[in-house]
Amino acid sequence: MEDCLAKKMEITVSEAEKRTGRNAMNIQETYTAYLIETRAVESQSEGQCAPVESLWRRYSEFELLRNYLSVTYSHIVVPPLPEKRADFVWHKLSADNMDPDFVERRRIGLENFLLRVASHPVLCQDKIFYAFLMQEGGWKEMVNETGFQLKADSRLKALNATFRVKNPDKRFTELKHYSDELQSVISHLLRVRARVADRLYGVYKVHGNYGRVFSEWSAIEKEMGDGLQSAGHHMDVYAASIDDILEEEEHYADQLKEYLFYAEALRAVCRKHELMQYDLEMAAQDLTSKKQQCEELATGTVRTFSLKGMTSKLFGQETPEQREAKIKVLEEQIQEGEEQLKSKNLEGRDFVKSAWADIERFKEQKNHDLKEALISYAVMQISMCKKGIQVWTNAKECFSKM
Amino acid sequence: QDLSLPNGTPVDTSSPASSSSLLNRLQLDDDLDVETRDLFVTVDDPKKHVCTMETYITYRVTTKTTRAEFDLPEYSVRRRYQDFDWLRNKLEESQPTHLIPPLPEKFVVKGVVDRFSEEFVETRRKALDKFLKRITDHPVLSFNEHFNVFLTAKDLNAYKKQGMALLSKMGESVKYVTGGYKLRSRPLEFAAIGDYLDTFSLKLGTIDRIAQRIIKEQLEYLVELREYGPVYSTWGGLEVELSEPLEGVSACIGNCCTALEELSEDMTEDFLPVLREYILYAESMKNVLKKRDQVQAEYEAKLEAVALKREDRPKVPADVEKCQDRVECFNADLKADMERWQNNKRQDFRQLLMGMADKNIQYYEKVCVT
Repeated sequence: MEDCLAKKMEITVSEAEKRTGRNAMNIQETYTAYLIETRAVESQSEGQCAPVESLWRRYSEFELLRNYLSVTYSHIVVPPLPEKRADFVWHKLSADNMDPDFVERRRIGLENFLLRVASHPVLCQDKIFYAFLMQEGGWKEMVNETGFQLKADSRLKALNATFRVKNPDKRFTELKHYSDELQSVISHLLRVRARVADRLYGVYKVHGNYGRVFSEWSAIEKEMGDGLQSAGHHMDVYAASIDDILEEEEHYADQLKEYLFYAEALRAVCRKHELMQYDLEMAAQDLTSKKQQCEELATGTVRTFSLKGMTSKLFGQETPEQREAKIKVLEEQIQEGEEQLKSKNLEGRDFVKSAWADIERFKEQKNHDLKEALISYAVMQISMCKKGIQVWTNAKECFSKM
Repeated sequence: QDLSLPNGTPVDTSSPASSSSLLNRLQLDDDLDVETRDLFVTVDDPKKHVCTMETYITYRVTTKTTRAEFDLPEYSVRRRYQDFDWLRNKLEESQPTHLIPPLPEKFVVKGVVDRFSEEFVETRRKALDKFLKRITDHPVLSFNEHFNVFLTAKDLNAYKKQGMALLSKMGESVKYVTGGYKLRSRPLEFAAIGDYLDTFSLKLGTIDRIAQRIIKEQLEYLVELREYGPVYSTWGGLEVELSEPLEGVSACIGNCCTALEELSEDMTEDFLPVLREYILYAESMKNVLKKRDQVQAEYEAKLEAVALKREDRPKVPADVEKCQDRVECFNADLKADMERWQNNKRQDFRQLLMGMADKNIQYYEKVCVT
């Protein structure tokens, strides 16, 4: 962690601005641009502050960055971006991407993303990431020049395709299963939470009606009038308090959402392992069959059924020269194949080693973050209750003075 | 029949001046009542009776007293709702100038509410208990003969039948002519009371609706909350390090559900019935006002008749005037009473509501510590 960028540099996404421009298809569109500000951290300088550097980026550029990172570092659980569209909303929030509350929460999410990447021991050292923060012009071209799209395994996108892998590392299989379950349980949680928030909003707001009727009632009372009036005021306060409470809760929901998306990233790593293992097993299988072919040609025995064997039986044997040539080709291929297999094996083992290290790091981070999130959620609930007690105690006092 | 004060001295009702002293004496007695209370009544122990014709509930009515009007110092009888209803009618008949406390609603829509459910019976019992206590606290009503019989008679039905036979006789009931007399002008005071009662009932009705709406919303919130808690538990099952805190949250939410349920129950059982009771009270008060109007109308008509006849008939108008004064005095007295009661009762059940909210919230506090 000593070398990680986050320690050397302050990174913030400080502003969001609506822009209009022409997109790739020359169609006019409206989008939001975000201001990224960076400043080098000076250690123990006497009031000296490094200058702030800044540039504007839009969401699609963030997406490009993340795609690049997840392809280039396929063994790393890459931090997720905040959601593209507002999901799990309860009735007060709109699902509109241009809605100021949504934009604000997205801004915070994007900042969080950059900080996550900057504090990752491996990712923070990436040049493209650095350029994303520092170099406004020509960054897109730079990314494309890395040719990362070619490295991208399209099979990773086919989430539901199954590959019959004979010997996957059991840990990865379990982890993939875990990430699926985690995604499912967190989305369920977020959905129900949204409904709970909706209902709670209703309960609080109806209490506001008390305020009005107490006021009206107090008008016809003599001794009871003042008490009723002030109690009504407290009911209004109570009804209004729910807005702030639920806004704070959105922050908790966002923390959960981050890990919902993190689960996807985790799954991607497991998938990558599966695919690598699959390729490995396919390569091994191919090698074995080539070796067998070679053997057959050399010894003249046909152990397994092959079309070649059949055709040669039907159409006559080959000449010894032809056979020699074939054997030579196969032997070359076998040698290539063995080298490839060796390197694939090595790749596979390296992948497992480094991926598992990052997974352990991720697990710790997840446990720490979620524990904190749950604690702060509990604190929020307690404060909500304390406010409730306050209001009702005040109202009670008003009533007692009637 | 002449009225007599609780201490036995007859009331001199021949002049308005004595009416106000009557008022004073009554108010004084009210204050002394607190320390020198000599009559205690309780309603408890509901029991279900299954007969061939019907099934019904009886309540035990226990009386403890040192009053001379009672033969024994203690009584314990069983009464059913019908009996309470009979008592109330008798009181209205025999003390038409007084506000008789309301009874809980007579008819319950079958199928919607279970007449024999514990909650319903308990709510009713509390209301019946309050009904009798209010009569007990009343300086005039508590000495009513019918009330005495209600508290003491072993066989109330026999007495009831007797009463029916005597209905034709004037007996102790002062008859009021209904209808036929038009009121010239209602004194501002009573017009104001009438207006007040109208607005009052209206506002209480609104509060009733709001409270019901809140309960409904709370129950819907509860439904969602009940789904919310277990999801944390499921998640906890997936995790290793996080399973404890997640289970903790799940348990908390479970406790919140319980607390919320209790709150809604308490509101339904304690808060709403009292509101409805006061609405009924306001209704019966309005009826008394109408009667008062009638008395005044009769008085005015008779006065006119006398003026026209130019006869020296001081007695009849005097009687009627007596009545009116009495009505005014009692009305004022009872209104003051009612306000006082209202304040205390409001304080009581608002505190109850507060206490319940407190309890709910304290539960939250206790429970939401990870």
